[in-house]
Amino acid sequence: MTESRVLSPCGVLGSGFPESSLERGLLMGPHALVCDGGSTDMGPASLGTGVPHFSRAATKRDLRLLLLARAKLEIPLIIGSCGTAGSSKGLSWMREICLDISREEGLAFNLALVHSEQNKEYLKKRMSEGRIIPLDPAPVLTEKTIDSSAHIVGMMGDEPISEALGQKADVVLAGRASDTSIFACVPLRMGADRGLSWHAAKILECGAACAVTRKRPDGIFARIRDDHFIIEPLDPEMRCTPQSVASHTLYENADPFHIVEPGGVLDTTKSAYSAEDERAVCVRGSAYQIADSYSVKLEGAELAGYQSVIVGGVRDPYILRQLDSWLSGMRTGFAERAREIFPDEDGDPNYHLVIRVYGRDAVMGPLEPLAKEIPHEVGLLFEIMANDQESARALASTLSHFAVHYPIPEWSGLISGIAFPFAPAEMDKGPVYRFNINHIVYPDDPYEMFPIKYEEAGF
Amino acid sequence: MATLGELAKLIRSKNAGPFNLTFDIMFEEEETYRRVINSGAITREIFGQIYNLPEETILLVHHDAARAIKISIPRPCYSADLDDADCYGGQQYGPLVEIEIL
Repeated sequence: MTESRVLSPCGVLGSGFPESSLERGLLMGPHALVCDGGSTDMGPASLGTGVPHFSRAATKRDLRLLLLARAKLEIPLIIGSCGTAGSSKGLSWMREICLDISREEGLAFNLALVHSEQNKEYLKKRMSEGRIIPLDPAPVLTEKTIDSSAHIVGMMGDEPISEALGQKADVVLAGRASDTSIFACVPLRMGADRGLSWHAAKILECGAACAVTRKRPDGIFARIRDDHFIIEPLDPEMRCTPQSVASHTLYENADPFHIVEPGGVLDTTKSAYSAEDERAVCVRGSAYQIADSYSVKLEGAELAGYQSVIVGGVRDPYILRQLDSWLSGMRTGFAERAREIFPDEDGDPNYHLVIRVYGRDAVMGPLEPLAKEIPHEVGLLFEIMANDQESARALASTLSHFAVHYPIPEWSGLISGIAFPFAPAEMDKGPVYRFNINHIVYPDDPYEMFPIKYEEAGF
Repeated sequence: MATLGELAKLIRSKNAGPFNLTFDIMFEEEETYRRVINSGAITREIFGQIYNLPEETILLVHHDAARAIKISIPRPCYSADLDDADCYGGQQYGPLVEIEIL
């Protein structure tokens, strides 16, 4: 029986994990330490700005423990989606942290950086060849979209990472990578079954999230064997059950039975889950269908503008019973006022105003079935976006004054219809980014979009 | 009669990437899972009525090993886009909690 063993210390680097769990995992003889470093969960800001979600301090704490563990066992360490979004900025941020630790701890290792930020001319070429196609749903993609993107990354498969390991890299820092590919890579290199490797990877990628009750971010361990794999949490107090492991394919996937990877599709339709013991679960029967064409998913973010926001509340029952007409009258009146302030702009002043009504339908918007009910109190969030921060702020300070005194017919005389919890009521939110691409590219091979750079750390 | 919230061990919503939303309704016991499916209270048609969505945009699957009903839809606005108010998509399941199950 061959067995490949992978240790996943936590769902995302920087979220933390207990040292005791890592130590326990190291005694189980892993062939690789693998940790995801990113996600699109937190929105497009990390991709747009290059600023990671987790702090340098939190990331360094986790990475230090992993680099020390790697050195002790002399096994590869793979970090995927560095710096949250996996852009070149995020990757060089992770590299710096890695080199700092190497100096501080006297660790020497071969480092590989696998870049995933995409060259815009390359993408335009592929687009003109008809080799970029939209997923469903997707924004419209034009050359202008590509040009206006702050950053575009491709989501790599296991192949470029495997290539780096083949070149004797000890530590692989990857740009944007599919969450699963970083975990499937070493088992696949060891010749493990494809379906089992990708399914185990899907479970490993979220750390201990597949345990029955996750107390805190923690780790998980997989043993991939000839015709099954075993999954077990690192914390002896935590346990997996067949149901908890089966449930994990639901998480963040639209279709739990068919999970699309760059080179194929993981099919869990026939997966069978059974208890190995009271904490570990055995999975069999997972399949992997190799795709006819290799495809790489793109992620892009563009600057939408600069925002200022105002928070307020309304308690007057007369305002509340006519809230929509009050807000829409306010919106129209404010547009006229904005034209007085910015008279030189062609046509209407260029701003975008969103008013959210908390306590009614702010959270769900068009999906809210109870939007017609009248609450006794609502929170209002005004978001005003313009082309620069100064204009957004100018508009916001006019808006807060205009809105607080905006009349209703029932009251004669000046009203103050909004309670502001902050003074000043306006806050500058800075640049705002939006996701602008949900497409796939058909490259010539799995490597052309992901150049690798090698260096020696600490030699 | 019981509510879906009382019968399920977890009802959650979450982004499946920035462009799709997915809902998981998970049960501890096989019997409860079957009871909810057989009640006919959670179907694409009913989900579409609650969320005001055309049925053909809704994917619904029963995952027996997980004892879960899973529903996926395209996001009405993309995650963190200007009109979006739920970056993680984590608070879109509210209306499901109080559905009455026979």
